[in-house]
Amino acid sequence: MSKKLKEYIRHPGSLFMMILVILAACITFAVLLFLLAYILVKGIPQLKPSLFALEYTTENVSMLPAIINTLFMTLISLLIAVPFGIFSAIYLVEYAKRGNRFVNIIRLTTETLSGIPSIVYGLFGMLFFVTALKWGYSLLAGAFTLAIMILPLIMRTTEEALKAVPDTFREGSFGLGAGKLRTVFRIVLPAAVPGILAGIILAVGRIVGETAALIYTSGTVAQIPSSVFGSGRTLAVHMYNLSSEGLHMNESYATAVVLLVLVTGINALSGFAAKKLSQI
Amino acid sequence: MNAIIESKELKLWYGDYQVLKSISMEIPEHEITALIGPSGCGKSTFLKTLNRMNDLVENVRIAGEVNYNGHNIYAPNVDVTSLRKEIGMVFQKPNPFPMSIYDNIAYGPRTHGIRSKVKLDEIVEQSLRSAALWDEVKDRLKKSALGLSGGQQQRLCIARAISVHPRIICMDESTASLDPISTSKIEDLVTELKSQYTVIMVTHNMQQAVRISDRCAFFLLGELVEYSRTDEMFSRPKNKKTEDYITGRFG
Repeated sequence: MSKKLKEYIRHPGSLFMMILVILAACITFAVLLFLLAYILVKGIPQLKPSLFALEYTTENVSMLPAIINTLFMTLISLLIAVPFGIFSAIYLVEYAKRGNRFVNIIRLTTETLSGIPSIVYGLFGMLFFVTALKWGYSLLAGAFTLAIMILPLIMRTTEEALKAVPDTFREGSFGLGAGKLRTVFRIVLPAAVPGILAGIILAVGRIVGETAALIYTSGTVAQIPSSVFGSGRTLAVHMYNLSSEGLHMNESYATAVVLLVLVTGINALSGFAAKKLSQI
Repeated sequence: MNAIIESKELKLWYGDYQVLKSISMEIPEHEITALIGPSGCGKSTFLKTLNRMNDLVENVRIAGEVNYNGHNIYAPNVDVTSLRKEIGMVFQKPNPFPMSIYDNIAYGPRTHGIRSKVKLDEIVEQSLRSAALWDEVKDRLKKSALGLSGGQQQRLCIARAISVHPRIICMDESTASLDPISTSKIEDLVTELKSQYTVIMVTHNMQQAVRISDRCAFFLLGELVEYSRTDEMFSRPKNKKTEDYITGRFG
């Protein structure tokens, strides 16, 4: 150890570099730790049973409706975006000829889509789903907007996952007389599941954390809507409202704790599912 | 000679590059035919034309005929699925699917419509027995095939090829990635399979060709230079180039 240290001291450049990288790592970790601790310390004491009442009132500012809305929003968005994303990726990787112009256009479009700020999606969702299609502020308008937003993400990750499946699997399947359909759905897709799930986890993270696009489309009503055409706020929007109104900062911290737990929980669950599915 | 498959003036191009230059050869049933030659001579490409695996390559163009059972397999009305059922393939690297040993073998029969559990069990056992793998894996059929050793994986792939009851098994340097012990196991296996199947194998290993093949075809630069019985070729090669190659002067 001391020998190594001497080595570093003899070269001041590398010693400086070493200190720099260690410092960078420490600062990154410290910031993360501080942020987490700050939220937990501020938020956990504020968690009260009344925050989880089924009905939201101005007194209890319950977050339970928002939690349930978040789960519905995630589910509906995924139901729309995942099949589209996966099928588009299958087309790009398995069916389209390499260097096809149409494919290049699709790639360019998805890359552009993934670079657009979420508030622009929100504006589009409001003008198209809410106003033009007359859905009003609703879970469905929000879910469609979010679906468009996460589509590029799911498509790209699925594409990468499919590309990572070795061609020898495809050859083996074709060599036994299996057709394209069977090869793709029985061999290639199952082998790509862990990669696809990783993309879906990222997408869930974006849905749960999204506010800007939802304020414009799903609205901010703090109740569970009776149908998908009703307005409802998700947990992130709920938190935004509580903190921007300034009257319920404590409850806002409590909401942040729940949001953190929710995202961590979803990630852990998907990781577990990926592991289960990739065995065999 | 009772030919099961024959090529007639078969030519093949990848883009503008001609890989096969008018190959005509008849391959007899229930024999082991070895295709030898230096890298890039077209032997693997020729093997892949026999069950139309070259269809998967882009920009490939084929002229001439490959006749199996007296019918040209490149005729427009040919069903590639049933062709590949009759003419199976084992690849250079073992490529078991990422699923259980059982499902790997059952994949082929299931593809061709067999659903009955009893029938599938029977096929799996038979195929694994034919590939001399049954005793090693019978207690872990439901375990992932990726947990097997390289040699076992390759025998699994042979069992998988056998599972759909092909008449011809094409082997593309199927022992190239294996250790000597696994290689000799597979050579023994191939010799046994000869009674039921026709085996066509590409090999870089001249000793292997001598050890197990009945006939030998020497390819060079896309041409079939010499094709005769293996013992004849290795004792009295007719062509100077063949002699140079098999005595190790090039390649």
